[in-house]
Formats: sequence, structure tokens, C-alpha cells
Amino acid sequence: MRRRIPHSLTAGTILVAVIVLLAVASWFWLPFPIDDMSGGRLEAPSWHHLFGTDKLGRDLFARSMIGARIALEAGFFASLIGGLVGVTLGLLAGFAQRWWDSIAASLLDSLIAFPTLLVAMLLVAAWSASLTTAIVAIGFAIATVIARVTRLLIKRVLNQDFILASRASGSSWPRIIVLHVLPNIWPTLLVALALQFGLASLSEASLSYLGLGTPPPNASWGSLLQEAQATVTTAPVGAIAPGLLLVALVVGTNLVADGLREYLDPTLRRQS
Amino acid sequence: MTLLQVDALSIATRAGAPLVDGLSFSLNAGERLGIIGESGSGKSLTSLAVCGLLPADLTATGSVHVGDLEVIGARESELIAIRGSRVGIVFQEPLTALDPLMRIGRQLAIVLRRFRGLRGAAIDDAALAALEEVHIRAPKRVLRAFPHEISGGERQRVAIALALASGPEILIADEPTTALDVTVQAEVLDLLDALVAERNMALLFITHDIAVVSRIADNVIVMRSGVEVERGTVRGIVHGAADAYTRDLIASAREFDDALAFGDIR
Repeated sequence: MRRRIPHSLTAGTILVAVIVLLAVASWFWLPFPIDDMSGGRLEAPSWHHLFGTDKLGRDLFARSMIGARIALEAGFFASLIGGLVGVTLGLLAGFAQRWWDSIAASLLDSLIAFPTLLVAMLLVAAWSASLTTAIVAIGFAIATVIARVTRLLIKRVLNQDFILASRASGSSWPRIIVLHVLPNIWPTLLVALALQFGLASLSEASLSYLGLGTPPPNASWGSLLQEAQATVTTAPVGAIAPGLLLVALVVGTNLVADGLREYLDPTLRRQS
Repeated sequence: MTLLQVDALSIATRAGAPLVDGLSFSLNAGERLGIIGESGSGKSLTSLAVCGLLPADLTATGSVHVGDLEVIGARESELIAIRGSRVGIVFQEPLTALDPLMRIGRQLAIVLRRFRGLRGAAIDDAALAALEEVHIRAPKRVLRAFPHEISGGERQRVAIALALASGPEILIADEPTTALDVTVQAEVLDLLDALVAERNMALLFITHDIAVVSRIADNVIVMRSGVEVERGTVRGIVHGAADAYTRDLIASAREFDDALAFGDIR
């Protein structure tokens, strides 16, 4: 009985791998230093400048490579923070009984109504704009989502007969959590985190677009989009390139999430 | 020897609404007691209360003795000591009573390791033997399967094997055949009958079906809305029920039988 790898997982992994490759390469090699203004202004794509140049004559391919690194850093660290904080809170809330449970539920629900963008602006105002600030703000937003998902997953699993059956055969709660609860929630949690990874990259781009994320000279795809917006009619590649990369990463992580769900759930698994 | 002694057991919601009221019975080794009643009569709650497994929003009063332990008010650690080793439960819906993400073999292995102290290859042998004992036809395949990969009848046999693997003295069967096809029902009942007899276990059989209970139990308690309405031997109840509700139950069961017997079929 070999597991079949879903097509969505393959396709998603390829898309994400391309971005990862760009990001990893940027540590070792860039076609031009990111503040090198030796190119002409707003050059069209050529073999010399793959994505052309911006209005200061900087190479857009090099800047997009840095952007890939920033997008992945934002996605990884924000979902790491969001995952750790969210799963911890969700576990506490999931096992809460009676009125503790009502308190936890309403707290988590009210957090969802919290405007993420405003929180980000607040943090930026307090600490100044940086990638770290953006990651903390996005991580906070992810934590609220993951905490809710974790709580609901735990509630659902705890209501299942097999938990009752396991208790009836004398299992203690720690055993039940390790043997039955965690294995039954982690595939869904992993899928949720994969989704949030892509959304975190997207959020970082949004914040940078608004000037609340990565400060110059480093370039997030969001700041590239913002810089290209004034000249989008004359030099469209400046907007299209980072835009497509962002779409590739978000679609890629979504496909990975979708494929993982199919791959990890034995009841959805197609047998070959 | 009395294995289970229930005295004036009452179960209520925290708000105070009574769900089971003043139920008493006892079970000795080899005895088989059926509790019969419609859904909502409190029969399943009774079986959970015996193991101290009532949901947190329900309270039980009265007394439930499993061996020497007073279950009501007992600490979780005391309850864990009797669950499995003294009392085993087979639930109604075997699909949800088995962990969907764990292979059958592993679920059996966990119980066998805990209760029989087996290790390594001895576990695999014991798991295989446990499945053979409940007459599963391809036990090696089932050991490697996930619950959704086997049939409903096989799943309930696995659930029975799991409940028996810990070697309980008392077996509680909570509507164990309700979710099964009629032909499979009869096989599973015969299997339970044989296994309980072989091990001289006490059996508490919960059902809404008087035909099913008459096949496996010696004595019956009829419950309605949480209250016992009548009790007696199966023979006595079926042939001479004193209570109107019990007579209704029997009459409607008879109608089904007669429809078959006299060809009164549309």
C-alpha cells in the first residue's frame, strides 16, 4: 500500500521551490548589488537585466531575489510565532471546561474582530517600521486564527466516541492526548499553517506596500510593487514580476496545503 | 460473587433535570442483564455512570460499586484502575469508536501491552489471536487496515476484541448491534453470547430492541424516561408483562415478527 502523492502537492512544491531557490541563491549570488544604480532608468528586460531596471537604474531581478528572501522569512517566522502561540492558546482553550470554556471561546472570537492592519500600524508607530515589526504583527494575527482552529479541532476530537472508548479502556488523559488527540489534529493544523504561511507573505507585502514593512534599501515584493506603481504604464515589468512571484508563492502554499490534507488523511488517501 | 452493585442511581443535569431516577440492580459473574428502553430513557447514561464516564455537565448520586470501589465520587486515578481491567464497554457505532487514524493492529497492541504486559512479537501474535477469537476472516489484513477500510461487522468485532483484550469481568454492550445489518446483527449477538459464556463474564446489555435482548439476556429491566417500569426474567416479561408500556414494546416487536411469519408483507 504505497501512498500516492497528490498532484496539488507536487505542483505546489515546485512553485514554492522556485521561490526558495531564488531566496537561497540571494545569500550567495546577486546579479547586481541591490543598491547598484549602474543600469539605465526603467530599462526593459534583457539578458543583462532579466526583469529590467527601476527608475533609479537598480536591477529588478536582484531586488526580486531579495524580495523572495523577505517573503519567505516573513512567512516562516510569522507562522512560527503564530503556530507556537496559537497552538498553545488553542490547547488551553480546547481542554477548558464549563465556564472557563465560555470565557476562552468569547476571548478568541473577539480577537478575530481585531483589525490586523491597525495592530501592525500601532506596532510600527511604537517601534518603527522593520521586517521584525511586520513579522510580530502578522504572527499575532496568525496566532488568533490558529488558536481558534486548534480549539475547535480539540473540541471535535474530544467529542468523538473513540476518546470515550479509550477512556473506557483505562487510558489516562496524558496518554489519550498523545495517542489520539494530537495525531488527529496535527494534519489539519499543518494544513492551516501552510495556508497561513502564504497569507503571511502576502500580508508582509501589503504592509511593505503601505510603507509599514521592510525599510529601504532592502526590497520586499510589496515595496517593489509600490515603487513600480507610478511607472506601471511605461515599464509594466516592474509591477508584473514581483506580482507574479507573490501569486506563485501564495498559490504554491495553498496547493501544498491542499495536497498535504489529502496526503495525510488516510480516509482521503487514494490507494494505488 | 457480586461484581457490580448499583443502588438508587440517579443522574441529573447540573440544572437539576433528572435523567435517571433511582435505578438499582446487581450483577454476578455469569449473569446477563438487559436494560431496554427507548432513546432518552437513560439506559446509555447508566452504562457510562458504571465506569465513571458521565459528561462533566451531568451529576450522579446514589451508589455504584464495581468490586470494592465506589465509582460515584471516585478520583480519576481510581476509575482508571477499574476501566478495562474490570469493566469493558462495546459502543453502538464501531466506526466512531475506533481511532480513524490508527491501524487496527496498533489499537489492539496498545491495550495488549498495557493489560497483558506483552512486548514485541508476542503483541502481534496476541493481536492476531484476539481477531481470530472474534471470527474475523482475514485477521492479518484487518490488523494492517484503518477502521474505514473494513466492513461494519468487522469493525464491531474489532471493538469487541478491544473490549475483551483487557480481560474485564463485566462487559457492557451499549446497543452493539444497532448500527449493523440484520444478518450481521445475529452473528455478532451469537459471538457475544459465546464469548461471555466462555469467560464467565457478567454482561450488561443495553438495547431498545426486545427481540435482541431476549436472545442474549436472562433478566431484563424496562426503563422509560429514566425510571424503571418493570423487571423480570426475559421469559416472564415477554409472556406476562405487567406494565402497559412493556406490553406495547412487546406487541410492536411481535407485529414485525407476525408480518414475516404470516406473509403480511406489502
